[in-house]
Amino acid sequence: MPVFNQSRGGIIQIIFAAVILVIILQLANLQLFSTKYKLAAENNALFKKVIYPDRGIIFDRKRKPILENVIIYDLVVIPIDSKGTDTVGLCSLLKIDSIEFKKRMRDIITKTGMVRPGIFEPMLSPEMFARLNENLYKFSGFTLTERSVRNYPFHAAGHLLGYIDEVDTSFLRVHKEEGYQMGDFAGRTGLERTYEKVLMGQRGVKNYIRDNKSRLQGEYEKGLYDTAAVAGKNVFSSLDVELQKMAEELMTNKVGSVVAIDPATGGILCMVSAPTFDPNYLTGNQRRKHFADLLADPRKPFNNRAIQNNYSPGSTFKTIVGMIGLSEGVIDERFSVTCGGYFTGCGTGKPKCLDKGTFSFKEAVAHSDNTYFSTVYKKLLDQSKYETTDSALNVFNSYALSFGLGKKLGIDLPSERGGLLPTSAYYHKVYGKKFFPCNIISNAIGQGEVNTTMLQMANVMTIIANKGWYYIPHLIDSIEGGDPDDLLTPFKQKRLADARIPEKVYEAEQNAMQAVMEYGTAAASAVPGIVVCGKTGTVENSAKVNGRVEKQQDHSFFGAFAPKDNPRIAIAVICENAGQGAWAAAPIASLLIEKYLKDSISGTERKEKYTTMVNKNLIPKLMRLEMAKNDSLKQLKESRLEQQRLLQESIEKAAEEASGIEQPIIPNTPAVPKKSTPKEAIIPKTGEKKKKYTIS
Amino acid sequence: MATQNNTLSKGIDWTIVWLYAALVAIGILCIFMVEYRADGNWMSTLFSGKTNYSKQILFAAFCAVVGMFILLTDSKLFTALANLLYAFGILLMLATFVIGKNINGSKSWIPLGGGFNLQPAELCKIFAALALAKYLSRPETVFKKTQSQLLATAIALLPAALSILQHELGLALVYTAFLIPMYREGMPAQILIIAISFGVLVIASLTVEPNLLAALLTLLAGGILYLLRKSIRRNRSIIKIVAACWIFCVGTQRLLVPYIFNNVLECYQSTRIYSMVGRDYDCSLNQKSARKGKERPAKKPDDYNVRQSKIAIGSGGFTGKGFLKGTQTRGKYVPEQHTDFIFTSLGEAFGFAGCCLFLGIYLFLLFRIIQMGDRQRSTFSRVYAYSVASILFFHIAVNVGMTIGLFPIVGIPLPLVSYGGSSLLTFTILLFILLRLDADRQMVLR
Repeated sequence: MPVFNQSRGGIIQIIFAAVILVIILQLANLQLFSTKYKLAAENNALFKKVIYPDRGIIFDRKRKPILENVIIYDLVVIPIDSKGTDTVGLCSLLKIDSIEFKKRMRDIITKTGMVRPGIFEPMLSPEMFARLNENLYKFSGFTLTERSVRNYPFHAAGHLLGYIDEVDTSFLRVHKEEGYQMGDFAGRTGLERTYEKVLMGQRGVKNYIRDNKSRLQGEYEKGLYDTAAVAGKNVFSSLDVELQKMAEELMTNKVGSVVAIDPATGGILCMVSAPTFDPNYLTGNQRRKHFADLLADPRKPFNNRAIQNNYSPGSTFKTIVGMIGLSEGVIDERFSVTCGGYFTGCGTGKPKCLDKGTFSFKEAVAHSDNTYFSTVYKKLLDQSKYETTDSALNVFNSYALSFGLGKKLGIDLPSERGGLLPTSAYYHKVYGKKFFPCNIISNAIGQGEVNTTMLQMANVMTIIANKGWYYIPHLIDSIEGGDPDDLLTPFKQKRLADARIPEKVYEAEQNAMQAVMEYGTAAASAVPGIVVCGKTGTVENSAKVNGRVEKQQDHSFFGAFAPKDNPRIAIAVICENAGQGAWAAAPIASLLIEKYLKDSISGTERKEKYTTMVNKNLIPKLMRLEMAKNDSLKQLKESRLEQQRLLQESIEKAAEEASGIEQPIIPNTPAVPKKSTPKEAIIPKTGEKKKKYTIS
Repeated sequence: MATQNNTLSKGIDWTIVWLYAALVAIGILCIFMVEYRADGNWMSTLFSGKTNYSKQILFAAFCAVVGMFILLTDSKLFTALANLLYAFGILLMLATFVIGKNINGSKSWIPLGGGFNLQPAELCKIFAALALAKYLSRPETVFKKTQSQLLATAIALLPAALSILQHELGLALVYTAFLIPMYREGMPAQILIIAISFGVLVIASLTVEPNLLAALLTLLAGGILYLLRKSIRRNRSIIKIVAACWIFCVGTQRLLVPYIFNNVLECYQSTRIYSMVGRDYDCSLNQKSARKGKERPAKKPDDYNVRQSKIAIGSGGFTGKGFLKGTQTRGKYVPEQHTDFIFTSLGEAFGFAGCCLFLGIYLFLLFRIIQMGDRQRSTFSRVYAYSVASILFFHIAVNVGMTIGLFPIVGIPLPLVSYGGSSLLTFTILLFILLRLDADRQMVLR
C-alpha cells in the first residue's frame, strides 16, 4: 500500500502541538504572571473569622473585680434548617406569638440569608437558657451560641467604668488604622474607652474555607495561618469599691458628685456622680430600652458631674484666695478684718457676711467670712508692685493655674472639662478697656466667673494636704504585664504647685481648715478621733424657669482632707440645690472619710447620721417637676398602648371564634411591665423614695 | 487456548493502554477533589455508588470490561459493521426527538432506566469515524474527486446537523474534527485554510466593529488586486474571483454572522460567545428566544463560569495548592466542575507544572495515535486512527480552551477525565477499537 500524503501526518502533529502550546501559554499567563486570580480566589473562598478575646478585668485597690466577664447565650437559627421545627412550642417557650416569630424569621432571612446563622433572640436570661437548653432538640435549626458580656458584681461605678458598644461608622472613621470592623465591640465611654487598647486584647483570626453560598466548609490549611487571640490585660484601679458603693448610697436621691483622692498617689478612691445608674442595667437584652430611659431622664444620669460639670466653687475657693494672699504678702496670719454685715471696700454692700465680728485668717476661714477674703482679693489686685489690675490678675491666675484650675487635669476618663479661670482679656471683653478689682470681687468668694470641676476641687484639697504637690488624679494604677503604650506615664510624675508658696502658708491653711471642723462652719461634721481639715461652700445659683432667671436653692459644697498629718484621703462633695455646705455635703464627706480611714462607721450617732443622709431626698425642685411631667406622659402613653392591645386582643379573639381554628395557646403575659403600676401621685411628695436608677 | 490468549494480547499497544488508564485515574481523582468534604468519611462513600467519584469508578470498571470485549473481537467486525452502525447511530439520534429526555436544556438523551441516560450523539462520533474510514477505504472511492470529498463531508456532518437540532452545539462542533483525517487523506489544503480563514472571519465579525471590518476587507481586496495587476492583464477572471470573495466575506460579516447569532443560536449561546470576546449580546435581537417567548433574556453577560474557572486555575500558581487543598474547588465556586470544568480542579490543585504534565500526557497520547495511524497498512485503520486523534484533540483543545477563556463555553467534556458514563464509554470504545485494529495491522482491511 503506497503511503501517500505521509508528510501531512507531520503537519497535523505540528498543528496539535501548536494548539497545545497556545493553551500552555495562556496557562502561564493565568497561573504565573497574573496575581489578580490569587487575590480573587482568596476573596472568594477564604473567610477570616475574627476571634474575640475576653476583655480585661478591672480590679479595685483591694483586688476585687469591679468589672468582669460572664458568658451568656444567644439563640441562633439557620433558617433553611429550621423548616418543620416546632414553632408553637418555641413560641410558648420564648413567650412570643407566631406573628412575632414569622417577623423575626423574615428579618433574619433578609439580613443574613437562608443558609447562614442569624440571631433569633440575643442574650437569653439564665432561666430562659436553661429551659431552651433542655428542649433544644425539638427545634431543628436552632442552636445556642455563647458570647461574653460585661458584668458588674458591685453594681457600682457606672460612670467610671463606662460601657462597650458595637462600633458605628463614625467610630470606624476615627479609628481607621486600628483594624476595627463593623460588628466589633469597643469601649465607648469611661475606662472602657480610655483603656480600650489594653482591655481589648488582641483579636485572633481563624481562616475558614467557605463555599459559593458563604457556608463554612472547614479550616483552611488546618489552621496554619490562624493567629490566636490574646486575652485583654487586666487593669488595677485605685478605686475602693466599698467606699464607692457607700458614696453612691449616700448620694441616693441627690444630685451632685463626690470625688475622693489618695493624696499620696493621686489615685481616685471614689468618684460618684448622682444620680448614678447600675451598670448592669446597660447589659442584657433590654439595654436599648434602658438606654432610652436613662437618656430621657431629666436628671441626666449619663452626665458625669464630677468631671463634666463646671460649678462655681463658692467659699471653698477662699482656701486658694487666702493662700495666694499669704504667699504674696498682702496679708499675714495675724491680719484681721472686721465685718459689720457686708464688705465695704467697693461700696456696693456686697458681698454680705453671715457672722459679724473681727476675724483673723484662721477665724475667717473657720467662719467663712466673705468680707475678709474680699479684702484679701482686692488687696491682691491692687498691689503696687504690679502696675495694672491686668498684671495683678495674671499673677493671681498663675498661682491658681498651678493648683490645677482653669485647665483639664488629664484624668484617665474621656470628656473631662477644664473649668474656667477668667483672664484679663476675658474681662476686657466684658468691661471694656479698663476694669477694676471691684468689678470682679465676687471671685474672692468663688461666686464670680471662676468655675471648677469637682475633680479640680478634690485636687486642690490634695495639694493643700500634701503641702504643695500632687499627682494627676487617675483611676488606673497599674496594668497587668506593664504599660507598653505609656498610658500611665503622666500619672507617675510628681507635680508641684507654685514654688512661691512657702510651706508655712500651707500649714496656716491647714490649721484654719482644722478650725473649720473643730468650731467653724462644719463643726457638726467632725469625725470622732480623726483630725480632719475641711472647708464648706455654699454656692448661690439660678436657673431659667419659663424664660425668667430665678434664684434656686444654694448648692451645698465641701472640700476636705484627713488626717491632717500624713493625709490619706482628700475629698470634694457637692449636692446641688441642697442648701448650705454644712447641711449636706459636709456630713457626706465626713462619713466617707470615717469609712475610708476606719473601715466602718462606728457609734450609734454616726450610724444614725448615715441613715438620715441616705434617706434625705434632695432632688432639686425643678427636676422633680420635670420628672413628674415625664412620668405622667409615660403613664398616659402606656395606658393608651394597653387599651390598644386589649382592643386588638378582643378582635383577634372574635376572629378566632368565627374561624373555629384552634390557635396555639400562648401564656398570657402582661405586655405592660409591672413597674408601670400607676404612680401614687402625678406630683411626687417630698421625701418620696425614687430609686429607679440609684443604688440601694 | 493459551496460545490464543497470547495472540490476543500480541500486538496490543500497551503504551496507549497505560496512558488511557492514567487519564481515567486522574479523572477519578479530580472528581474526588471536587466532591471531597473535610468532615465526611470518604472511605465509606468510595464504593457506595452515591457520589460522583464512586459512580465514575463503576463507569471505569464497566468501560474496562467493554474494552476487554472489544479486544476479544475480530477487527474485521468493525469494517463489516461500519455502515450499519452509522445508520443505527443516526436512527438513535432521530429517536431522541421522540423519546428523548430533557437534561440541562437539551433533549438529546435516551433514558436507559436505573438513573442512567445515553446520549446518542456521543456514540455517533464512533460510528461516524468508522463510516468515514469505511467510505474512504473503499477501493472505488477516489478522494481526489470533489464529489467524494463532499460525500465524506456529508457523512461527517450529518450527525452534527442533528446535534444542532438537539441544541448540543458543542457536540456538533466536534464533528468538524473530521476535516483533519480528510486532509490527511488528500483533501486539498486550501479547504483547511479556507475553513480556518472562515473561522477567523467569524471571530473578527464578532470582535471588530462591522464598518471597520468591511473597510479592512475592501482594503485587502484592493491590495490583492494591486499586487496581481500584471496577472489581471492576462486573465480578467481574477477580478471576478476577488470580487466574489469580497462579496462573500462582507456578506458573511454583515448578514450571515448576525443571522446565525440572532436566529440559529439560542440567546444564552449567543451571550456566551459574545461574552467570550468581551462584548455584551443584546438578547432582544434574538429571534429564536423571542419566538419561544419563555426564555428570559439574560441581563448581564454570562461570564460567571469563565471568571470563576479562570480564578480557580489562576490561583493555582506554579506548583498549585496541593491535592484536596483547592479553596475554589472545595467552595464549589466553579459550576459543573465535575464535568465540563474538571480541568479547573486540576489547575488549582497542581498548578502550572501539573497542567503542563497533564497536557503532556494528552499530547503524547495524540502523537502516539498519529504514529499508529501512519504505520497502518490499511486505509480504514489509518483514517480511523486519525479520526480518533482528531476527535480527542478537538475535545481537549475546546474544553481546556474554554476553561482558560480562549474559547466560548460549549458543553464539551474533557476526554477520559470528565465525569460522565456516556463520554467515558465513547472514548473507551474509540480507543479500544483502534487498539484492536492496530493489533491486526498486518492484515489488510478494507
